[in-house]
Amino acid sequence: MSFLDLTEPWGKNLSNPFFADAQRSAADVELPGAVSHTQSPIVTGSSVLALKFNGGVMIAADNLASYGSLMRFYDEERLTKVGNNTVVGVGGDISDYQHIQHILDKLEIKEQYNNDGHALEPSHVHEYLARLFYYRRSKMDPLWNQAIVAGVDGPNKEPYIAFADLRGTTYTSEAIATGFAAHLGMPLLRKVTEDDKWKSLTKEQARAVIDDCMRVLFYRDAGSLNKFSVATITAEGIEFLTNQKVSSNWAFAEKQYGYGSQNV
Amino acid sequence: MLFTVESDVLMSSIGTGYDLGLFFSPDGRLFQAEYAYKAVENASTCIGIKCKDGVILALDSVVTSKLLKPKANKRIATVDRHVGLAATGFIPDGQHLVNRAREEAMNWRDNYRSPILGDTLADRLGNYVQVFTCYSSVRPFGVMSFLSTYDKQGPHLYMIEPNGVYWGYNGAAAGKGRQVARNELEKLDFKNISMKDAVKEAAKILYTTRDEETNKQHEIEMTWVGAETNGMHVPVPDDLLAEAEAYAQRSIEGEDEVEDVSMQ
Repeated sequence: MSFLDLTEPWGKNLSNPFFADAQRSAADVELPGAVSHTQSPIVTGSSVLALKFNGGVMIAADNLASYGSLMRFYDEERLTKVGNNTVVGVGGDISDYQHIQHILDKLEIKEQYNNDGHALEPSHVHEYLARLFYYRRSKMDPLWNQAIVAGVDGPNKEPYIAFADLRGTTYTSEAIATGFAAHLGMPLLRKVTEDDKWKSLTKEQARAVIDDCMRVLFYRDAGSLNKFSVATITAEGIEFLTNQKVSSNWAFAEKQYGYGSQNV
Repeated sequence: MLFTVESDVLMSSIGTGYDLGLFFSPDGRLFQAEYAYKAVENASTCIGIKCKDGVILALDSVVTSKLLKPKANKRIATVDRHVGLAATGFIPDGQHLVNRAREEAMNWRDNYRSPILGDTLADRLGNYVQVFTCYSSVRPFGVMSFLSTYDKQGPHLYMIEPNGVYWGYNGAAAGKGRQVARNELEKLDFKNISMKDAVKEAAKILYTTRDEETNKQHEIEMTWVGAETNGMHVPVPDDLLAEAEAYAQRSIEGEDEVEDVSMQ
């Protein structure tokens, strides 16, 4: 007989000797057979952002993995190549991200077994990821991540960006950002992509916007780092740049004094 | 039932009665396991060549009908990304073994997050095949299987027999033309031969094993894994295979001419 068999019905104080000291409510005790899962992220990555431009897509994420407010790991690659024309950028729990990486790697191997000349396209990867997220959240055991799938899709290599997250939510857009970038980066991204403007955006212009976003994030997101990766996916393939940096300007700071009346 | 068989004077010749299930004969043989070798004796010739920096697998199948799509019915499979598995004999048994090998490779990946080593996979498949010689409720595998891998320790070639025995080889052959092929393989310098040269030699050996009188149509399927392919198991490129076959054709014809001269 387990001590749980001795518990009183819901809502009553426990009188059995196991709980004599604690005097806990029965509602605090797990029901026999009940399963609980870890339900909060531990080591986390911050924003991911992506936009379309004329001929391809660009996706970026910094290299920081935080442990709470501690900047614990600063060499974490949060962009992953899948196949020849897809890059997945992931924010949120890093252990879940590593699990996703493993699953996607196996997916790639299994796809190759068919040997039929077909390869994984970004839209396939996104659909698979979204189903995985939704399956896990339906088990009440979610993968705590936000992901952006970017690449060139289909026989015509159309630029493709799509979002999926821990709840199984999905959407596509000309520009997508997760985490803090959804607030700080989106206005900058929209300015150059909305109303089909992305169709005339050059690769260089797209990169300048990415750099601007990363700069703003480094200024205003305490969970970000001025060291990031940018992947550019076009019909020609994937250009993967690591250890990227942006300049920041703090010269104005020496003219700031106090919080109001102070002026020296 | 066995006692009645033993006491029957007419059925007391060696093997009689003892080949009806997976149990030992009085002189310690497993006839069912031995019969499995017969399933391979007349099957497509399959050879493996271990070279300086890689392994070649080549299978010579008879094209039984013009209605078969050329190059469509592949018989050499890839396991994970870095292992080649060719089986000759009872084709579905080979396919079953491929499935098992892929499961083992994925299982290894889940546990150790790295590709399975060739010798480990050969051992696991050897053990799996052996189990099918232990119970009378199953039948042994009717295939000879070739395993090719390339890792940090270099190239590896294994051949697994229907009774579960497996050895590492420099060159191995099974199927209809095995005797001729083994004679030819013994002439190769395995320590120094390059992958590209081995492709040519493989084609030549298969051409040598062919029976000229029956005039059957053949099709060579050839794969390789090694330094040349970045450690990936992939089909030998079409142009290289065509070149190898042309070389094989020339050397076969050349030998005929030499013979003709000597006869005059």
